[in-house]
Amino acid sequence: MTVETKLALSAEEVRSFSQSNNEPAAFADFRVAALIKAAQLDLPKPDKTNITKWNFTEFPVHTVESSPFSSLEELPEDVKAIIDTEGQENLYIQRNNTPAFIKLSEELKAKGVIFTDIQTAVRDHAELVEKYFMTTAVKVDEHKLTAYHAALVNGGVFVYVPRNVIIEVPLQVVFLHDNAEASLFNHVLVVAEQSSAVTYVETYVSTVEEAKGQANIISEVIVQDNAQVTYGAVDVLAKGFTTYVNRRGHVGRDGKLDWALGLMNDSDTISDNTTYLMGDNSSADTKTVVVGRGSQKQNFTTLVRHWGKNSDGQILKHGVMKDAAQSIFNGIGQIEHGATKANAEQESRVLMLSEKARGDANPILLIDEDDVTAGHAASVGRVDPTQLYYLMSRGISKAEAERLVIHGFLAPVVTNLPIEGVKKQLTEVIERKVR
Amino acid sequence: MATLEIKDLHVEIDGKEILKGVNLTINTNEVHAIMGPNGTGKSTLASAIMGHPKYEVTQGEILLDGENVLEMEVDERGKAGLFLAMQYPSEIAGVTNADFLRSAINARREEGDEISLMKFIRELDKTMEFLEMPEEMSQRYLNEGFSGGEKKRNEILQLMMIKPTFGILDEIDSGLDIDALKVVSKGINEMRGEGFGCLMITHYQRLLNYITPDYVHVMMQGKVVKSGGKELAQKLETEGYEWIKAELGIEDATVTEEA
Ligand SMILES: Nc1ncnc2c1ncn2[C@@H]1O[C@H](COP(=O)(O)OP(=O)(O)OP(=O)(O)O)[C@@H](O)[C@H]1O
Ligand SMILES: [Mg+2]
Repeated sequence: MTVETKLALSAEEVRSFSQSNNEPAAFADFRVAALIKAAQLDLPKPDKTNITKWNFTEFPVHTVESSPFSSLEELPEDVKAIIDTEGQENLYIQRNNTPAFIKLSEELKAKGVIFTDIQTAVRDHAELVEKYFMTTAVKVDEHKLTAYHAALVNGGVFVYVPRNVIIEVPLQVVFLHDNAEASLFNHVLVVAEQSSAVTYVETYVSTVEEAKGQANIISEVIVQDNAQVTYGAVDVLAKGFTTYVNRRGHVGRDGKLDWALGLMNDSDTISDNTTYLMGDNSSADTKTVVVGRGSQKQNFTTLVRHWGKNSDGQILKHGVMKDAAQSIFNGIGQIEHGATKANAEQESRVLMLSEKARGDANPILLIDEDDVTAGHAASVGRVDPTQLYYLMSRGISKAEAERLVIHGFLAPVVTNLPIEGVKKQLTEVIERKVR
Repeated sequence: MATLEIKDLHVEIDGKEILKGVNLTINTNEVHAIMGPNGTGKSTLASAIMGHPKYEVTQGEILLDGENVLEMEVDERGKAGLFLAMQYPSEIAGVTNADFLRSAINARREEGDEISLMKFIRELDKTMEFLEMPEEMSQRYLNEGFSGGEKKRNEILQLMMIKPTFGILDEIDSGLDIDALKVVSKGINEMRGEGFGCLMITHYQRLLNYITPDYVHVMMQGKVVKSGGKELAQKLETEGYEWIKAELGIEDATVTEEA
């Protein structure tokens, strides 16, 4: 029997929050129903990490008010550094829970592209939101945290790309966390209609030392037939959060979804990155890099689940562990019955920089079909002394040689981020974290 | 002029003595070739000079212009002017050839006096062209997926960019087709001169046809057992090692059996 958890907000408070945002009544009902489920459902059970004692529900306040930015000049330096303030045509900046800046090029507007904060989307694009919001990729009642998220969503973005629209330039989103009291229940919903293409890049930046709230983040990426989505993310959330981040893709026939995730939180984190390959010939390429430090506990699960025939799933996970950080890397390739000619590949590698750190690479293949191919490589180890010797023999100091090897090890995501500033920022974060 | 002196060098690996008293002096403006059957300690000598952590020097000295090399860390040896083109170069994923080379060059320069990007690229382009390497190789990851021959060429690229005082080249000719051999030799010959001395380990006269050595040494049983001029290599090419073994009363040239 499950015990009812006491949650931080009551049904009335959730309803009045919804009303104060002028959300449609149906959305208020949706939230309240989710809240009831959240009280009853169990926490998720990430493989090999026991989170029953983690606190995912309490926070000081549900939403905080922050001032929007009237121009990009006002941005803090940390944010300016990742934005090409002149060149970036499509940009959304959220400050804690407040939509703080948005721009979308006239060209994309004319093509019917929607790029807006989630609150506005719930009001102004109710039909689309209702159709996709936690209906297709992530379900409200998967577990306590999905339900809690649905009840308390207080930020995020909606991206809608109509049929046949190819967006050449990346859409950039920055979630700035500069109020220690804030909780982030952000929901990102990307819908790429048939034969469309879009690249989306988000960055989480904390400028406070220690967070007091919750981060319960869900992204849903709906890739319709023959569409292509590239999803880049760099998370640098402050310690103090108990972070749950679920990034999920749902890919139709001939569709393609590429993930490049730089997961650099200083908080304890449960990350779930799942891609459902529904259609025949669909493909997913998911790359994740991680640096764990301090006494952080983290679990990174990457799952590619194949239903489509001839579908292709590639998982790459590289983690660097230092200090007394602990991480589990679950990589799961799952092929359903009937997904003939599917291919599931994965590579999980963990680099240990200290005696006290712990890292487990846990590759799993779940295959219910004969006519498939699959493979995995996994390793946990230290920086290869032969590589260090080679670099040092060229006059490079040991510290610099280690730095080169580590950056190289984490390069698969850095090089796949399509925005120069974000790339640079991730490199700097890695630099700072491994030093 | 600079001098690299190896005196009575004894080296162990995992407690087993491999080098048993090597003596060798190399000056700049000289090319020395070391030959010898398999398993006689040639690569061990090269690794010990560079400071490979697995090789323990138990006796003897290595001096670079009188400075004790054995007290230096591997990177200090590199900065002091030693360079080893390895028999099996490492592959390093995610680090581009260009970034690596720039780090190596800057490691030799003071902070604040780093090579400018423009100058570096100009030099790199020029050297790669000289070595007939395709431009895209500078952006490939260091040795990753390189063919055997490409790796060797890449070692010479590093040699030419880093410009050490002494280059030790361990079987730089192995696995090279004739065109690649010519290019690699052209690179080494380009380095020859007042500021550069070279120790080449090879099994073949073929390399020495392109790079004429000033001295040829033969290693057996972990020692230099014979030295001579370029004609020694030619004799080895036609007659093999048997005559030396007979002359010195050696049955097994390798270091594995007790000498
Ligand atoms: N790690 C090791 N452990 C034990 N013995 C080793 C190790 N490395 C080298 N040796 C031994 O040392 C001896 C000399 O090896 P070395 O590589 O120096 O020979 P070499 O003259 O370079 O041979 P080749 O011409 O085949 O390259 C060999 O008998 C070899 O087996
Ligand atoms: Mg050898």
